Amino acid sequence: MKVLVPVKRVIDYNVKVRVKADQSGVELANVKMSMNPFDEIAVEEAIRLKEAGKATEVIAVSIGPTQAQETIRTALAMGADRGIHVVHDGDVEPLAVAKMLKGIVEKESPDLCILGKQAIDDDCNQTGQMLSALLGWSQATFASKIEIGDGDLTVTREVDGGLETIKVKAPAIVTTDLRLNEPRYASLPNIMKAKKKPIEQMSPADLGVDPAPRLQTVKVVEPPKREGGTKVADVAELVSKLKNEAKVI
Amino acid sequence: MSTLIFFEHTNDAISPASLHAVTAATQIGGDVVALVAGSGCDGAAQAAAKVAGVTKVIKVDSAEYGHTLAENLAPLIAKLAEGHSHVLATATTVGKNIMPRVAALLDVAQVSDIIEVVDADTFVRPIYAGNALATVKSSDATKVVTVRGTNFDPAAAEGGSASVEDGSGEGDTGLSSFVGQELSKSDRPELTSAKVVISGGRGMQNGENFKMLEEIADKLGAAVGASRAAVDAGFVPNDYQVGQTGKVVAPDLYIAVGISGAIQHLAGMKDSKVIVAINKDEEAPIFQVADYGLVADLFKAVPELSEALDKA
Repeated sequence: MKVLVPVKRVIDYNVKVRVKADQSGVELANVKMSMNPFDEIAVEEAIRLKEAGKATEVIAVSIGPTQAQETIRTALAMGADRGIHVVHDGDVEPLAVAKMLKGIVEKESPDLCILGKQAIDDDCNQTGQMLSALLGWSQATFASKIEIGDGDLTVTREVDGGLETIKVKAPAIVTTDLRLNEPRYASLPNIMKAKKKPIEQMSPADLGVDPAPRLQTVKVVEPPKREGGTKVADVAELVSKLKNEAKVI
Repeated sequence: MSTLIFFEHTNDAISPASLHAVTAATQIGGDVVALVAGSGCDGAAQAAAKVAGVTKVIKVDSAEYGHTLAENLAPLIAKLAEGHSHVLATATTVGKNIMPRVAALLDVAQVSDIIEVVDADTFVRPIYAGNALATVKSSDATKVVTVRGTNFDPAAAEGGSASVEDGSGEGDTGLSSFVGQELSKSDRPELTSAKVVISGGRGMQNGENFKMLEEIADKLGAAVGASRAAVDAGFVPNDYQVGQTGKVVAPDLYIAVGISGAIQHLAGMKDSKVIVAINKDEEAPIFQVADYGLVADLFKAVPELSEALDKA
């Protein structure tokens, strides 16, 4: 079984983002970038499937600027076998990403694609579902457990009310939720080994996809600031304030 | 202009979550058509027809819609989208699962999790865990949009008198099937619609200690939530999680207990009207957003609070 794992380079989750003064977006220059945390979970799951003898090859794909290669190297250091880098500068929306991934799926014929459920930059939560629609495949989103069966997968999903289990036909799209696994750190020898693993480069045009955004960003602003920071001395003062000042109890 | 809304329901009744999408549709303007697709869903269709602002209900009663499987629902929604300028759903796990599949079938972008309707083409949505707000304009023929419930008041469940029209199903794709579910049972209000929420974090130390929060929740008519750290540690189930990738809440009162206030947690609760934080670390970032911060050991402060509420 071949597994395809798309990975996205995003601002590191610990960085407090700053909105640009011209309201065109957020500041990306000189900011620490990392692999989207949900994608790390996806890579980890694929590698575990390989270690369990269920997957034969794990391919990491990233669409982005030259530096997206570092994100692919991270996946290779974790244990993916090879990479595909679709080189593209500038914003790309989930629909265009899904179209490019469809092109790669048609070339590589994987049996399973595991994606992060959302990227922590645009918070869209769309790409996996869109890819599944374009391929006419089954989808199991927000997965917290994956069991590989014979020609199908049984997936437990995190839903608003608790957990739901569905069975999906292979080939399938799975998107990861937080509790699926805890991603490993790449060891130094594996980081060195990853440098020798192959990364194939291509362009959106090679895949026949126009990456131009469909949505126009009118402006990006900071949210209204909260005036917090007031402390109370004890529980009695807290209850009194909630009752008489805030009037919420 | 007209909007098709994917309604969530339990076959007998409609889900309150969908009432927020009706309000967003009303703000967009034009007709508001509710799609109720299910198996034995006449009760829900009749309930949808009573929602204020809904002008028509399309009921599709067919076995393949007995569970909210995206593979079956997306082709139906995409077919019914024809002739509508907008397709809306509330950004619940059901809406998030299905709507991007609809958008891709229609070859249009999706605008996720909007918090404001600027005009029929333009919407505001949070990005970077709500640390920036993007205003985006769509020029697609059909706008597929999911709506963040906490930013739109629910439409009145009574007062409308829409007609109910029968629609036909698209058949079972056979791609997926429902196996089972484990839903958290609780008599407390639902987390995303509760007026008061009390949440615990890593500082709670274990699941057993959440009983202290439940006791207060019962006194205040509150829902109980948790930070990601508490869920990851296994203290409470996943559906308790408040944050960027969990649930977004905006109650009148949010009480954060033993929660440090990571960016991703703040994303899920910082629109609450009043925020209380109880944490022994006075440097915890949660205090920067709290209206009332109490630097104290929660194991002393929470029982005290419980006692004080009896007297209050």
